[in-house]
Amino acid sequence: MIEQEIRTPAPDTGDRERRRTRVLVVGGGIFVALILLRLITGESDITSSGTMGATLALAVPIGMAALGGMWSERSGVINIGLEGMMTFGTWGAAFASYFSGNPWLGLLGGIVAGAVGGLLHAVATVTFGVDHIVSGVAINILAPGVTRYLSDLLFTDEKGGGATQSPPLPSFPTWSVPGVGKPLGSLEKHHWILVSDLAGLVRGVLTDLSPITLLGILLVPVSYYLLWRTAFGLRLRSCGENPVAAESLGVKVYRMKYSAVVISGALAGIGGVFLAMVASSNYQEGQVNGRGYIGLAAMIFGNWRPGMVAGGAGLFGYTDALQLRGGAGAVHAMLLLIGIGLLALAVWRGYRRRVLAAVISTVVAVGVLVWFFLTDALPREIVTYSPHITTLLVLAFAAQRLRMPAADGMRYRRGGGH
Amino acid sequence: MSTTEPAVELHGITKRFPGVVANHDIDIEVAAGTVHAIVGENGAGKSTLMKILYGMQRPDEGTIKVAGVEVALHSPSDAIARGIGMVHQHFMLADNLSVLENVVLGAEKLHGIGGRARRRIREISDQYGLGVEPDRLVEQLGVGARQRVEILKVLYRGAKILILDEPTAVLVPQEVEELFGNLRELKREGLTVIFISHKLDEVLSVADTITVIRRGTTVDTVRPGDVTARQLAELMVGSELPVPELRESTVTDVPVLTMDGVTVRDATGRAVVDDVSLTIHEGEILGIAGVEGNGQAELVEAIMGMLPLDAGVIRLGDTELTGMATRRRREAGIGFIPEDRHRHGLLLESPLWENRILGHQTRPPNVKRGRRGGATGGKAGVLIDRQGFRSDTERIVRDYDVRTPNIDVTAASLSGGNQQKLIVGREMSNDPKLLIAAHPTRGVDVGAQSAIWDHLRHARAEGLAVLLISADLDELIGMSDTLRVILRGRLVGEADPATITPDQLGSLMTGAGEGSAA
Amino acid sequence: MIYRLFARSWTRTLVAAFVALVFSIALTSIVLSISGFNPPSTFQAMFEFGKEPDSIVNTLNKASSYYLSALAVAVGFRMNLFNIGVDGQYRLAAMLAAAAGGAWNLPVVLHQIVIVAVAVLVGGLWAAVPALLKVTRGVSEVISTIMLNFIATGIIAYLLNPGRLAVQLGPNNIGTKTISHSGRVPGTPFPGTDLKLYSLLVLAILAGIGFWFMINRTRFGFDLRATGLSQSAAVASGVDARRMVVMAMVISGAIAGLIGMPQLLGESYTYSLNFPTGIGLTGIGIALLGRNGPVGIAFASLLWAFLDVSSQILDFNDIPKEIVAITQAAVLLSVVVVYEVVNRVGQRIDQRHVAAQLGEVAA
Repeated sequence: MIEQEIRTPAPDTGDRERRRTRVLVVGGGIFVALILLRLITGESDITSSGTMGATLALAVPIGMAALGGMWSERSGVINIGLEGMMTFGTWGAAFASYFSGNPWLGLLGGIVAGAVGGLLHAVATVTFGVDHIVSGVAINILAPGVTRYLSDLLFTDEKGGGATQSPPLPSFPTWSVPGVGKPLGSLEKHHWILVSDLAGLVRGVLTDLSPITLLGILLVPVSYYLLWRTAFGLRLRSCGENPVAAESLGVKVYRMKYSAVVISGALAGIGGVFLAMVASSNYQEGQVNGRGYIGLAAMIFGNWRPGMVAGGAGLFGYTDALQLRGGAGAVHAMLLLIGIGLLALAVWRGYRRRVLAAVISTVVAVGVLVWFFLTDALPREIVTYSPHITTLLVLAFAAQRLRMPAADGMRYRRGGGH
Repeated sequence: MSTTEPAVELHGITKRFPGVVANHDIDIEVAAGTVHAIVGENGAGKSTLMKILYGMQRPDEGTIKVAGVEVALHSPSDAIARGIGMVHQHFMLADNLSVLENVVLGAEKLHGIGGRARRRIREISDQYGLGVEPDRLVEQLGVGARQRVEILKVLYRGAKILILDEPTAVLVPQEVEELFGNLRELKREGLTVIFISHKLDEVLSVADTITVIRRGTTVDTVRPGDVTARQLAELMVGSELPVPELRESTVTDVPVLTMDGVTVRDATGRAVVDDVSLTIHEGEILGIAGVEGNGQAELVEAIMGMLPLDAGVIRLGDTELTGMATRRRREAGIGFIPEDRHRHGLLLESPLWENRILGHQTRPPNVKRGRRGGATGGKAGVLIDRQGFRSDTERIVRDYDVRTPNIDVTAASLSGGNQQKLIVGREMSNDPKLLIAAHPTRGVDVGAQSAIWDHLRHARAEGLAVLLISADLDELIGMSDTLRVILRGRLVGEADPATITPDQLGSLMTGAGEGSAA
Repeated sequence: MIYRLFARSWTRTLVAAFVALVFSIALTSIVLSISGFNPPSTFQAMFEFGKEPDSIVNTLNKASSYYLSALAVAVGFRMNLFNIGVDGQYRLAAMLAAAAGGAWNLPVVLHQIVIVAVAVLVGGLWAAVPALLKVTRGVSEVISTIMLNFIATGIIAYLLNPGRLAVQLGPNNIGTKTISHSGRVPGTPFPGTDLKLYSLLVLAILAGIGFWFMINRTRFGFDLRATGLSQSAAVASGVDARRMVVMAMVISGAIAGLIGMPQLLGESYTYSLNFPTGIGLTGIGIALLGRNGPVGIAFASLLWAFLDVSSQILDFNDIPKEIVAITQAAVLLSVVVVYEVVNRVGQRIDQRHVAAQLGEVAA
């Protein structure tokens, strides 16, 4: 037998094992760095339970958008329209929960509204072959118009409602793991190194949980299972890798892509539900505020894999939480971390003899550090946008060894294979 | 084998596409347990016919019978359900999925997607000697291994009738032998093989029956013992096949392209072009032989400046090209016939005259001269000269026999052969010193093939240096003055085209006779 | 005959736009009916109001900004580069240009030129950020430009503070220092109304002509289009893809810098909290509707502006004027779909035509 092995075989046994270890090491490292940062700067909000709780909460909508993006792109459809689908989700949640008085129907309403947005995207991109980004942008333009019109029509006559917001909505019950809040809370107050930080982390994650948060967390392993452990998932992913091959084996490519994009919209809708009913008490125009796009960034950061995608959402959720809770001081403290991190990156690049990259990193790092030492706080107006700035920085400095689905974003027509 | 019913019968199959008839009145009977070859030149309608048989397209007229039962095939699933499987010319595999995932895709109901499926794949692989490993990623496999995965995919679904569409196009002779061994094995197990090809020697050696298709219809069905390759060629194209050959040597000792220690690495740091040194002289055609994926594409891109060099020097005449942008290299006199004309050679949705500009954006007659420029020299202007390139497109259409109603139609509406002639004509414009011809006659009809060979011969006589890359060993041996062999990015051997046989070249390409000159 | 007509791309655009318009009007009518309003009378009210001289002036003024915005977007779209950041680019450019124009007192003509130059420069530089991120770090321009829109909002909020670049303009409004008369561009009178046309409408027209010339007559334009049609073929032909990304992005940003100018120099003279926002996003829709061509965009921006202006009357009839947003979105989504369909049909006709002319049998 003639073996034509032209590529170096990459052993893939133990690959997952290694990935898991790496995630744990990186996560632990970041946590330790945050503790040090708290000690140095005295900004206790860096690891407080409040921040950790808020991180989890703010990571949910971003994570839902990111998971939605992953579903869609795994089937080969780029979904820039997540932002619009989340907007539909916020409005759908408000409409259904307000008029029924039942928060659970609000969840359903948000999911349906998001899914309708997904369906629209699927019709344009899959059936009519419209460029995926064009269609997504169109949906993002459509969504605010439609919700504004509908709000004007349906909410203006209600008490507390108007063209740009809904009346107050019924809220979900919250759950806490019993016996955790009190003892950890007192531990946290002592500001002991590590112990208090861990207490903050655990308490933040285990108390006052909304069912939507739990649902969001649950959807990560569920997505993994469905996409990588079922025949449906295999078929769906094959459409994102090589739709012509999939079709030649009898896979209904259109149907798979439709399912993926509609699921994607539904997930974005859940993110919208969270924003309207958990993170706030009513629907407000502009509530999504770019989280759909940040979700896409989290998806890219997570290399189109659920665990890493959730990690990316956590990162962006943390920056969002920090700016909301800790404000200008805590975000200012982050400058130190970023500066040191960039310096380390510069050293690494210098070691790898990538001179230009090393120089650029050094310059940016020095700039950030100078900024840190010369100021006491960042301007409030800029701090508000720290998740967006983080997104840019992460995309710019994260490793670019990413593997997107091979046929992602390509137009595909039935019988298009030659 | 004696079975009463033929495995497949096609009667009166006709298929029309907008404006053309791809198939008309096709009649074929394939006996069960045989290897039945269907031959015809590129564009004769073989592929359309096979797509019809595999349910990817529906015939406008005619009937299909499988094992004596008339069937209507609406989709590949229908065909699969009837025991028909297809090994496509362009492999239908997802690189980023494992072999297992590729095999079970669409047939998950048979043995699941886990351990049972893995066992079944190993069983089939052992039974037919395919040597397929279920847990490898497809992207790690070579061409031959991928083809065996494709065959296994079909067998996994329990196919009794296998269609192989031009399976030998990307294989070296030794691999072809290997494949034919597999096919005989399949036949012994009682399976039926439909084998599509335009390579007559291969067909004569493996087929039990041969059906010839010309211009969309069946012209004859013969037995291999009753015909010669030459008679078969006459049936296929109505005349003799064009022969790739060079007459007297025109090689001079003036070097045009000099590469010295050229190395290119991919993102992972692996050398895809490894320490390549070669020289092409005026009037010389240098052929590069190699199994696809051994660095030919990267070698070409390195010369064109589309990939950065990790080490080494490239010179065109006395000009050092290293570090120069692609456009400057083209201006310095490099013409480029790319391997994939749709991806790299044409703007499919643009009219022919716009395609004339492509790759010649900075040169007359496409741009107006800058104010400082004279009639011939000077810096190119920033404006394009519509009149100039329109009339020059007319010239190419005339001189290179591009069959088109006018130059305003889109490139996509031309046939493959005419698209390729347009590209050849364009790349021969502006008097190039070096022409890089990657698979210049792939997928074109014999008329275009012989025309392109004529143009190459003519340009060579005028002193053009040509780097020829081809998977067609006859073309490579016939059209080259010098032959070099590439394996895993390295030039591993040199051969004399006057004496070497395709078999010998094949062993060089797979590394069997590494280092030695034939 | 039909072939000849259909072969031309502008006919296809026209057909697509017409079908999309009919579809959108139908959809809007359905939405109106469901909401309990009478579609014909609604449209009539809008039309009546829209043809008042006041409305015409407002429409043209709005359209000039829309047109520039869509041109900025179209430069990128022509090479499949998605500059979603036009919005941040024009706002930042207008703010800094207004601040510069208010701070410096220069002679007439020079003053205007400096203000416009600052705007063009700021727009171009801000757009260079995503371009450089894309070519050096492979960051998708879609996400980076959107993030930069948010960041621009933050920067503007920071700078637009008393003590930094802003002064108190009224009890509830702050803005940059008002530009003196030497820096203003007086409006052009229009018969039947006291409102004046922005004279910098000319800027939009000139930009449109320049855009057409660049795309169709220059080498750069050819490279741009080639990159959009097939990046791989363009690169093989010698187009430097990275350079094209940076150039196209910077040109796009520079045009974006112009968007706020007619308004700034013709009416408001200051960048205040009231300065119109969101024009960059509207431009995306208009560019898509106008098929990224200078003429198509002109009609699209007029239509868009007309809908915006004439919808003002609806509130008087108790109809939510956001119905227009639905019409606009429907036009947009349907036009991209219809154009795709028309294009396919066109290509098929093309191939059939060629085959028929040659009388060839081919696969």
